[in-house]
Amino acid sequence: MIITKQKKTEDIMKCLEKVERVFIIGCTQCATVCKTGGEDEVRKMKEFLEASGKKVTAAEIWDTPCNLLEVKKRARDRKDDLSGSQALLLMSCGDGAHTVSLGTGMNVVPANDTLFLGQSERAGKFNEVCALCGDCTLFITGGYCPNALCPKGLQNGPCGGVKDGKCEVSPDIDCGWLLIYNRLKDTGNLDKMKKVLPPKDYSKSVRPRKIAVDAVRKR
Amino acid sequence: MMTLKEKIKSRKFIVTAEIGPPKGIDVKSQLEEAELLKSRVDAINVTDSQSAVMRLGSLAVSRLLKEKGIEPVYQLTCRDRNRIALQSDALSAAVLGIENILVLTGDHPLRGDHPQAKPVFDLDSVQLIGALRMMEAGRDLADKELKGSPRFCIGAVVNPGADPIEPELIKFEKKINAGAEFFQTQGVYDVEAFAKFAEKVQHFDTCIIAGIILIKSPEMARFMNKNVAGIFVPDKLIEEIESAADRQQKAVEIAARTIKELKGLVQGVHIMSLGWNKLVPQILDKAGL
Repeated sequence: MIITKQKKTEDIMKCLEKVERVFIIGCTQCATVCKTGGEDEVRKMKEFLEASGKKVTAAEIWDTPCNLLEVKKRARDRKDDLSGSQALLLMSCGDGAHTVSLGTGMNVVPANDTLFLGQSERAGKFNEVCALCGDCTLFITGGYCPNALCPKGLQNGPCGGVKDGKCEVSPDIDCGWLLIYNRLKDTGNLDKMKKVLPPKDYSKSVRPRKIAVDAVRKR
Repeated sequence: MMTLKEKIKSRKFIVTAEIGPPKGIDVKSQLEEAELLKSRVDAINVTDSQSAVMRLGSLAVSRLLKEKGIEPVYQLTCRDRNRIALQSDALSAAVLGIENILVLTGDHPLRGDHPQAKPVFDLDSVQLIGALRMMEAGRDLADKELKGSPRFCIGAVVNPGADPIEPELIKFEKKINAGAEFFQTQGVYDVEAFAKFAEKVQHFDTCIIAGIILIKSPEMARFMNKNVAGIFVPDKLIEEIESAADRQQKAVEIAARTIKELKGLVQGVHIMSLGWNKLVPQILDKAGL
């Protein structure tokens, strides 16, 4: 899931400085789970903007703003309200904001900052456990990703900064390599840690990445 | 005169010290300190923007030492450079006559004075050691041939106080296999605890140089115990410093005593004086070195 965090309202207002008529768009998926673009949040945003003197032309939850075909369909269906608006306030991730901008041709203001690909530990608690590196080595590292869990992305074991099991970057961060070590040890796979991992191939994660899945295209 | 590499190979007892380049270009005090140590140590480490605080480069200062007839240990961290820059800087060191490279991961930029900086860590310390050895064999990490290959004496670091110790030992062994010739350790205060580590690594045929960090005050000792990974200053030592009339002399005494106790366990000592380099000759006198 894509984890988002709402921007400060004063920052959103700055982006909307010269805008009078705003169309608010939330998202049924990730942003709903993150409480940054579900029904409650969209309603509150509408109330806030109206109380701040803006005209809210519409406030809707789209399914989903990151799907270009869906967005284009919505753009046709909601043509009048869209054209009567000066900006679209996207309560989604950056992907949704971009796709809606592309699909409607309109000015988009992101209400959220997009943070990371996250695991949902429990309601409202999300953890980054995958760094989207394009070169997965979880079979060697016991299911824990050193690229996501070690702030330095080290490949061959912990650095000298581990104190009481925590990372030198913050006492709130568990040392990723100790997590890997403990898991490998517990599962009788410590040999895997003794193998030298070669330098990572960053050519596999050059941006912007695109993929066309043959099985879908041929259908 | 023997080089550090030759001394390590011939199992000579090694003494190294350390200087930190300034923030700026006024290197007068660093060079004075180095001059003071010249006749007493085998080599002097030059730190690479230590603690992730931006400073004059370790390569330039290493070269300045070389020009004064002092053998530098050029510290090279993975923090700020990708594999292209790391390999290129290592070649630069070689043409500047610098043979000793101490490879470190490096502190995270968040710990330093430019916390907004992009952390690099393209290679880790094990991979960098491997890259340096590949270059010695005439090829770079991309397997391209080098025109003239360098020769290095490669060092790495190990933290005997790491807890748990096993993952540290696994990485230590990886560094040896990758080609590290010597190891400098985190500061040692508890020789008994260190002896247990020394026993665990005895079967590795490598050169261990124990770290000696001067304790300037009881506050510093407590701070290190609380904040520095792998450092443990026993309470007894803290009390000893607390009750000392002359703290500099006490720091000298403790360092010399620790060195004496460590002598049979290691192949050398690396003294990190943190600005008190003028005391190093006294320490060495007292330690009988």
